[in-house]
Amino acid sequence: MCVALPGKIISIDNGIAVVDFNGNKVNAATGLVDVKAGDYCLVHAGCILQKVDETEALDLIDLMEEVKAFS
Amino acid sequence: MIDIKKYVDYLRQYDGPCMNICEVCGSHTAAIAKNGIKSILSPKISLISGPGCPVCVTPSSYIDRLIDLSLKEGYTIVTFGDLMKVPGSKASISSSKWQGVKSVMVYSPLDVISLAVNNPEEKYVFAAIGFETTTPVYALLLQQLISQNICNVKLLTALKTMPPAIEKMCKSGSPIHGFIAPGHVSVITGSNIYQPISSKYNIPFGVAGFTGEDLIIAIYGIVKARGMGKVMNFYPRVVTEKGNIKAQEMMAKYFEICDACWRGLGNIPVSGLKLKEQYSFYDAGSYGLDEDIKINKMCSCDKVLTGFFKPKDCTLFGKACTPENPQGACMVSEEGSCHTAYVNGENI
Repeated sequence: MCVALPGKIISIDNGIAVVDFNGNKVNAATGLVDVKAGDYCLVHAGCILQKVDETEALDLIDLMEEVKAFS
Repeated sequence: MIDIKKYVDYLRQYDGPCMNICEVCGSHTAAIAKNGIKSILSPKISLISGPGCPVCVTPSSYIDRLIDLSLKEGYTIVTFGDLMKVPGSKASISSSKWQGVKSVMVYSPLDVISLAVNNPEEKYVFAAIGFETTTPVYALLLQQLISQNICNVKLLTALKTMPPAIEKMCKSGSPIHGFIAPGHVSVITGSNIYQPISSKYNIPFGVAGFTGEDLIIAIYGIVKARGMGKVMNFYPRVVTEKGNIKAQEMMAKYFEICDACWRGLGNIPVSGLKLKEQYSFYDAGSYGLDEDIKINKMCSCDKVLTGFFKPKDCTLFGKACTPENPQGACMVSEEGSCHTAYVNGENI
């Protein structure tokens, strides 16, 4: 039930964003996070839960190096 | 760039101590099956489905109350689709339609607003189940109901929080050596929320996303961190240490902590959320929902949800209990461990 999908915000009007999921455009409420058009975001049950961090790869590489050192 | 092949090779060839890893979240259970993750794991690594499917852990008394409410003159229940087929003590919502149960299925809790505005004479009861992922959406709904002065929507709440249930599993002696922490719960709560349990029981937690690659690196990390009280965030593109503070504040504005009844786990102190007293007008009667009666006495959902049984260990699995005729909640939800095992042909 906790399914959430990433999409790109096309526009926002009066607290409702139009979010593009690979061509499918869906409305999502913006009340839980500060976002703007052009942001990537995570949508659950008609609501944006979080912005997607596009620089995550660097954090993950650091973590994997740390994990690799565990015995 | 992450070289996924070396992690797959490690997990395939692993020959260390046996590792039972619990994927807490039902969406992870479904993603593990969809990506064939179990097929690449060494026989020494087992994945166990946990109690992280809100539909599966909702007790029968809650379904009974929803059905009772919907039979009242002028009442309609509004719900996510998964809940429609969950058995109460006697029947499910969908099998009670012949009795006059009125129900509407929606994609978002916010969809109830237009229903309520367009049909002011009707009273709508939203079946507000879910974990930390969905509770902020209910908070947003309440904010909009109040600001628009909409009075014909109420919530029947059975909201739950994950950490107390995870800790109960640790205390109960479940044979678990690591947890794949629920990714979208963690978006709201932040990854730090698991640190006290991880440190107390020396069990590693890996917060994971939902692609095959996400799951493989999280399982690799958990195996490597065996015996360590360490929380690792393998889903940094949306999960931070502190989570979504604005959503947490919205939850805290409208809801307060309470005890909650979990199907299979019983009553767990401080594991639920209920409407605060000042918002009780919006409560459809969410009290005393702590009874869980099995529709079939042989149902083993309780043991499946706590890691003591795999779906195939239940005598009903694939025989009396199928997705077409579910006897327990784990077979109803598309993210339930029995449903996932059944549709993927696991040991029927």
